Formats: sequence, C-alpha cells, structure tokens
Amino acid sequence: MSLFSSKNMKLLSNPLNDSNPITVQVLGICSALAVTAKVKPAFVMAISVMAVMTLSNVIISLLRKTIPNRIRIIVQLVVIAALVILVDEILRAFVYDVSKQLSVFVGLIITNCIIMGRLEAFAMANKPWDSFLDGVGNSFGYAWILIVVAFFRELLGSGTLWGYPVMEKIGLYNIGYENNGLMILSPAALIVVGIIIWIQRSYNKDLIESK
Amino acid sequence: MENLINIFIRGAFIDNMILAYFLGMCSYLAVSKTVKTSTGLGLAVIFVLVITVPVNYLIENYILTEGALTWISPKFADVDLGFLSFILFIAVIASIVQLTEMIIEKISPTLYNSLGIFLPLIAVNCAILGGALFMQERAYTNIGEAVSFALGSGLGWFLAVVGLAAIREKIRYSNIPAPLRGLGITFIIVGLMGIAFMSFMGIKL
Repeated sequence: MSLFSSKNMKLLSNPLNDSNPITVQVLGICSALAVTAKVKPAFVMAISVMAVMTLSNVIISLLRKTIPNRIRIIVQLVVIAALVILVDEILRAFVYDVSKQLSVFVGLIITNCIIMGRLEAFAMANKPWDSFLDGVGNSFGYAWILIVVAFFRELLGSGTLWGYPVMEKIGLYNIGYENNGLMILSPAALIVVGIIIWIQRSYNKDLIESK
Repeated sequence: MENLINIFIRGAFIDNMILAYFLGMCSYLAVSKTVKTSTGLGLAVIFVLVITVPVNYLIENYILTEGALTWISPKFADVDLGFLSFILFIAVIASIVQLTEMIIEKISPTLYNSLGIFLPLIAVNCAILGGALFMQERAYTNIGEAVSFALGSGLGWFLAVVGLAAIREKIRYSNIPAPLRGLGITFIIVGLMGIAFMSFMGIKL
C-alpha cells in the first residue's frame, strides 16, 4: 500500500468539507469562537492545535494496543496535557504577546473536544500513518474555519488584517464608513459560523438535517 | 458576605461561561435538544464545578504557586511548580468525575440512568477546566470565594443550557430554510442569546 493511496487522500480531504470538525462534527467550538477576533491569534491557535492533534494522534496510535480500555480517557488526557504544556511554554518563549491574548485558551486545548474526539474515534483503532493523516486533515479543516471567521471579524470589526489597516488605506473612513463594533464581541463569532454552515450546506445538500 | 454574593452574580451573569466565554460549547450544543436532558446535564455541571474548583484551589495554593510548599519545609520557598497546573487540574477533574459517577451509581441508580453518557463527558467539558483556569487567573483570596465562583458559574451554565433547549423545542415548529436547519440556526440563536447577555456587562459590582 502506497503512502498516498486514494483511501489516505480521503483521510486528508474529507475533514475539509464533508466531515469538517467544526461545521459537521461540532467539535472544538469553544476555542474556535473565542480566539477569532483577530487573524493573528487565530493563526497561532490553529498551528498549536495542529501540532498537538497530529502528535497526540500518532502517540496514541502507537500505544493503542497497550492502553487498557478502562483508563483510556486518563491516558489520552495525560498525553494531550503534556503536549499542551510544551506548546504553551514555546508560545510564551517566542510570541509572548499572542500568548497573553490567548490566555486560558491554550490550556483549554486539553479539553478541546476535537482532539479527544479524533483520538477516541480514529487513533484508538488505526495505524500511526493513517492517524497522522487524519490529524493533519482535521486540523486543516479546523484551521480554515478559524481563519475565515477571524478574517471577517477583524476586517469588519477593526478594519485591519493581521494588524494592517486595510480600510484606512482604501480610504473608506473618508466617505463615512464606520467599523462594526459588534463584530469584535464574541456573539458575532457564533453568527459568522452559523452563516458559514448555511453557505456550506446549501452547496453540499447531503449535510442538510432532516426535520 | 457581600463580596461572596458579588462573585456569585458575576460568575452567573456577567462572566457567564457559555454566553461570554463560550466554554463547554460542544456538550452545550449537543445536549440542548430537549429541556429534560439539558436540566440533567446542567445539574451535573454545577455539582462537578462546586467540587473541582475548591479542590483545584487548594492544589494551586498549597502545592503549585511559588513559595506554596513552605508548609512542608522552608527550604521549598522558591520552588515554582506552576507549569504543572494543566496536568494536575485535568487529573483532578477526571478522577473526581469518575468518583462522582461511582457515588451516584451507588446512591441513586435512577439519577445515574437519566444522566447516562453525560457524566463521563463532563471530564472533557471545557467549562470545568475553564473554571479551574479562571480561578487561577483571577486569584481568589480564600476558598469561600472559590466556592461561590464555582456555584455562580455553574448556575450560569445551567440557565444558559436550559434556555437554549427551551428555544430549540419551540423552534422545531418553525419553517427554517433547509440548509440552516438544525446546527446552523442553533449557532445563530446562541449568538443572539450572547448579545442579550451582553446587557449585563454594564453592571458594576
């Protein structure tokens, strides 16, 4: 079996759309909503989740035959928590200001259901390489939603992108444009995600829920 | 006493776990289909928060912070175990959830059956770990404050989940555009609830 057979490509591509972790599996919502007021923290968060998810998927998949079923949740949590501590220390060392903005949400990657969910549903029953691909695929699925939400919230809410004052350069303020303060507040994130789900499902009819 | 009530109200309304910080969203969206199950989960969350936050408070103040170990020997005055807090907090939460499950199973099998799968799921509910981390960040001065914070934020979570479940029960009869049905409209409703809860932000306590 080659490393990128069609089955393996599916593992990578499915989470981007058909089984997106946020809009379809409803996993990892907490962090997705809380860190998306600006693009930069959202990007850092996406990278951190990607690192933790891929590594923990591989580690659990390697250990899967030795973990006793009864205590598997604690074992999974310990692996995740150890990785999250590493990520947290690295963020504090290299991007301290972003790490302050993310506050408790880096710690909350531990209980980010997306990671537990993939460990439980996939890594416990599959080979390391498949689990690695599943981790990468799901974290990209998570990342693109995060970045899209952050893009709209930062552009409409603060008129900037990655700190660059887009709206001011275009000159919209001179003709009476105002930033929409609501977009920075957290409820706006929910509404943006709701709209993304709406658009995604109107293109992808299979996902529409029955009454 | 006044201080305790302030922390309680602040936890329940102004800093509401769900509608201000989005903690515990996954289970919040997953179980809010009917009022009955959401009441069960809400009560379980209050219960686990009220136990885990004070326990984590004691761990934080007698083991983890810098100089906390002086009660063993003055030699440990500059030991700082703060980096261990994630792993200890989550271990405490996971074991207390397991313990709670066993106790409820022994004492009241009917309650145990009605909670079903939700009890073990609380271990990975971000609201619980979030409670512990906020307790650490806000540095409450004594254990009474920690308990009242836990009680308040648990109650806030309970109110939010029951409220959403009630709205979702009613909205089943409405004619929603097909792609928005189910998850999509739920997100937008929670967003609107969040905006409504922002009106509490002006309250100074």
